[in-house]
Amino acid sequence: MMENQKTTKIINRDIPVITIKDLYKSFEDLDVLKGVNLTVYKGENVVVLGKSGSGKSVLIKIIIGLLKPDSGEVMVLGQEVDKLSEKELNALRLRIGFSFQSSALYDSMNIRQNLEFPLTMNKKNLTKQEIENEVVEVLDAVGLENKMNDMPADLSGGQRKRIGIARTLILRPEIMLYDEPTAGLDPITCFEINRLINQVQKQYNTSAIIITHDLTCAKETGDRIAMFVEGKFTRIGDFKEVFDSTDEHVKGFYDYNFIK
Amino acid sequence: MQFFKQAFIPPFHIKEVINQCYEIGLRALPLITLTGFIIGIVFTKQSRPALESFGATSWLPSLMGIAILKALGPLVTALICAGKVGSGIGAELGSMRVTEQIDAMEVSAINPFKYLVVTRVMATSITIPILSFYCIIVGLLGSYVNVRAEEATSFLTFFKNAFSTLQFLDLSTSVVKALVYGFTIGIVGSYKGFYATQGTRGVGKAANQAVVMAMFLIFVEEVIIVQIANWIRYY
Repeated sequence: MMENQKTTKIINRDIPVITIKDLYKSFEDLDVLKGVNLTVYKGENVVVLGKSGSGKSVLIKIIIGLLKPDSGEVMVLGQEVDKLSEKELNALRLRIGFSFQSSALYDSMNIRQNLEFPLTMNKKNLTKQEIENEVVEVLDAVGLENKMNDMPADLSGGQRKRIGIARTLILRPEIMLYDEPTAGLDPITCFEINRLINQVQKQYNTSAIIITHDLTCAKETGDRIAMFVEGKFTRIGDFKEVFDSTDEHVKGFYDYNFIK
Repeated sequence: MQFFKQAFIPPFHIKEVINQCYEIGLRALPLITLTGFIIGIVFTKQSRPALESFGATSWLPSLMGIAILKALGPLVTALICAGKVGSGIGAELGSMRVTEQIDAMEVSAINPFKYLVVTRVMATSITIPILSFYCIIVGLLGSYVNVRAEEATSFLTFFKNAFSTLQFLDLSTSVVKALVYGFTIGIVGSYKGFYATQGTRGVGKAANQAVVMAMFLIFVEEVIIVQIANWIRYY
């Protein structure tokens, strides 16, 4: 694994990489985002914590341009996502890694092909040896170098998540968006995924938004926590600041997760 | 419209088109071989008594040539492929949609429509005409087996007679038909799968609708193409 690699976390609060201002999004009659504001700084992991189905995933899908906002502004790496042409959006997407809740590995390809695919499609000038080196490096980074020729169906849930993260890392993203990285995993695998998220931040110097309802994941991986309640952020700060509250939603969330 | 827009803009994903041609051809080949051969035998067997009553059994190879090349070959191939290939494309793309694999391509800056839909439509448009002509040959072989069992007609004479009454227009109409059917199967299967919703239920629905709609369109196109061919023939 990557423990031998760079292990320092560098957060630069002068450089915002994601800025969201007054973001609104509805699906028919359902208002999902009701005036979201958030800034993520370079090298920082921000955890978005909220109930399942509250619209957290919608937020990161807007950031990467899979969904269009109704109103508001989303600036990513200095570019307003909603205003980009298809070509510009694709260029921006190469700088963002997206780890899906379901891992979204390509079923018809083995692990090696899953990892090679984004690389061969986007970086045509790489030699076979360079591609091989990249694949080996990211597999080593997620600790699954022995799974190169397996099919996704042969992997456990945790291994699929790690390969999903490896597939995004292969394009060397500056920003990582994790959608429920620990959902449906046992506590030990959750611990490994949390550790991997932190290692990715340190080794690749990425900034990240981590969508979760898992408080342990939030505590382990988040430099800041943003509490998402009824379509907007009610509290933003470090773990202690956010949960040192008498707010009903925040308290309820904390008590449930830590079985108080 | 999006297909035509994407099909002529690089990159072309030639490797994936070849891969899909191979997949589609391989998937449908055994069934087309079996069906084509049986159709040849059965159709010849059933036509013989009618021709015998007019003392015209020598016309059997020509009749088979006309029936199989002009109508049965392309139509049977298209119907088999609508069931076998169209449903496969619908289910495959549908399951990719509901498991977020299509979204995963999009966030990796890969155009999923171009990579998944355009390549499959091109592959069906190339492969189904080839399979149609394979079906025609196999059907005529089946017909020859039946004719040979009843009378001492040589292989060469049978095929010479089978093609003697056919014109260039007949051949070109069959090519156009197969091409249109191939395009229809690819575009319907891909469309239904690519825009599938409602989870696993949506995958089944996409596969089912891909078959039903493709078959319906194939029959409509058959009528239209035959009408146009007849219009060209007589005017």
